[in-house]
Amino acid sequence: MTLENRLRRRRAAGRKLLMPYVTGGITTTWLDQLRAFVEAGADAVEVGLPFSDPTLDGATIQEATHRALACGATTRGILDDLAGAATEVPLVASTYYNLVLHAGSQRFCAALRDAGVSGLIVPDLPLGEADELAGSAASAGIDLVLLAAPTTPPPRLAQIAERSRGFVYAVSVMGTTGERTTVADSAGALVDRLRRTTDRPVMVGFGISTPEHAAHAARSADGVVVGAALMRRVLDGASPYDVGSYLARMRRAVDQDLPPGGGRWTRA
Amino acid sequence: MGDPGPTGRFGRYGGGYVPESLVETCRRVEEAFRQAWSDPGFRDSLTRLLTVHVGRPTPLTPALRLSAELGVHLMLKREDLTHTGSHKINNVLGQALLARRMGRSHLIAETGAGQHGVATATAAALLGLRATVFMGERDIERQALNVFRMQLLGADVVPVGTGSRTLSDATGEAMRYWVGRTDEAHYCAGSVIGPHPYPWMVRTFQRVIGDEARGQCARELANAVPDYVVACVGGGSNAAGTFAGFVDTSARLVGVEAAGGAGAALGRVGVLHGCRSRFLQDDAGQIVEAHSIAAGLDYPGVGPEHAHLRDLGRARYETVSDDEAAAAVVRLARTEGIVPALESAHALAWVVRAAGAGELPPGATVLLTLSGRGDKDVSTLKDGPTPGDPA
Ligand SMILES: Cc1ncc(COP(=O)(O)O)c(C=O)c1O
Repeated sequence: MTLENRLRRRRAAGRKLLMPYVTGGITTTWLDQLRAFVEAGADAVEVGLPFSDPTLDGATIQEATHRALACGATTRGILDDLAGAATEVPLVASTYYNLVLHAGSQRFCAALRDAGVSGLIVPDLPLGEADELAGSAASAGIDLVLLAAPTTPPPRLAQIAERSRGFVYAVSVMGTTGERTTVADSAGALVDRLRRTTDRPVMVGFGISTPEHAAHAARSADGVVVGAALMRRVLDGASPYDVGSYLARMRRAVDQDLPPGGGRWTRA
Repeated sequence: MGDPGPTGRFGRYGGGYVPESLVETCRRVEEAFRQAWSDPGFRDSLTRLLTVHVGRPTPLTPALRLSAELGVHLMLKREDLTHTGSHKINNVLGQALLARRMGRSHLIAETGAGQHGVATATAAALLGLRATVFMGERDIERQALNVFRMQLLGADVVPVGTGSRTLSDATGEAMRYWVGRTDEAHYCAGSVIGPHPYPWMVRTFQRVIGDEARGQCARELANAVPDYVVACVGGGSNAAGTFAGFVDTSARLVGVEAAGGAGAALGRVGVLHGCRSRFLQDDAGQIVEAHSIAAGLDYPGVGPEHAHLRDLGRARYETVSDDEAAAAVVRLARTEGIVPALESAHALAWVVRAAGAGELPPGATVLLTLSGRGDKDVSTLKDGPTPGDPA
């Protein structure tokens, strides 16, 4: 089953979606981290394939990336680890376009598929440049997720929603990844605009740092992506168990905020 | 070297590989630039600034004693004589005027050697804008004088401590900072790199070098063009501006890179900082750090148009070592009384080598763009071994 069908199914069952992020190879026990996320109620896990120049990432993910590379992490090694992990939730790889281009998009997508990955996020590949990879991803059965930003104009937003697969990634703020003190108003506005053009799942990411943020953002969106807040803890030495517990708190916050019947909220 | 059109392609290179958050901003920069460039009022303002503030046109200086030694006819296009001391000011004034026209109050720049930072700080002061300049910590050490100049001009210099702590990391950091401030800030790229429209826009602003030189060479050479047109290549802006004046002639175009930063000569196809071009990479596709004695050439790639000219065979790209470049500084200083920037010295070092090896036929005419002056490099040269120094 495709990533999108799995997410749609969960949404239809009244569940808000939670997608934690882990930088592949950030520690030698990174697969334990991934498993802890699954146990804590993740609906999918985003796995970062480290690239030397992560230009859209803030300080935390940059540090995580550099640490993983310094520990010898490679795309090949991470995919081999994933192939042996046999997780029951969908895995979504994320990386920068240079790594795709370097391998060749067909080979890259085939390698993802063989490792059990079903989605791909490439933050420096906007709609106008995505044709080639979109084709290769489709033939390998990988859902290529496109990103939408607060400044994306309406006609383009509709095209992004139409061409995206898996879900639409709503970037909450004009900025990089990283923890923030509040969820920007631009997040809700963007989700509302996307809603008007698509029924594809919409996930909000960038800056979702606390259980309260997650609950807040998940009111309008179908789910949230949480990265830097988790990686900050890993970098500070938290165990997979500790980070899993933090995600479990987000899970509860998101679930408790669900209105009766699990229907969709429109924000008051 | 024409208009790459709305997709910003030079052959298979170029494009706009930016986060969605920057797509609309880049589109607006392109639209504003197209309008401005076809507006005679804008062109006049820029020409006037280049005349009264920068000191254009810059002279073409025959290098008489060195020419006699090398057995070629070498002419120097003197960008070192511009206000602020390098070609970077040509592009920056264009972008600063554009930024003001777009209602932006803040310029963001990255700098390696500091020359682009100084130019940005200067243009910001001149036009009443704010300037924030990102610079690798290693470059801050090497180019302390330029850091002080930027601060004196009122710019904020932000140290970048990630990665190789040089130009490439400063570029990444400047782009991150920009994503959060696209309403008030204009990203003022320092070379022919980055997403469309930057490589094209920067080359268009730098074209003034090649256009002036074409006319000056014609006077010097009784209406002929030089046999060789040579310029150093970091990102490639002075070379692109120079080449643009000669691409439609029979002149042979030679771009000279630092041996440790040879994106065009040794790089592989990749995507970095918003464009598809050639970059130094390892076998896993990770970007490799560049190393050069010249901070302005310490970049692991080249602009997309250079990658295209290389594939076409219209320009060739050569590399020069740190030692050869340092020796070339001394050579020009002692034959012509001109201390060139270490970056420009790379181009000169290739001419010296090629003349010595008989690759440049005796009597060949050579135009060389002296992209900047060497004041900023004196401490680097003083602390390192100075080739040819009697002491
Ligand atoms: C004097 C000088 N020349 C050349 C360069 C390299 O830049 P480009 O290749 O864009 O001309 C620099 C960059 O800092 C410079 O300061």
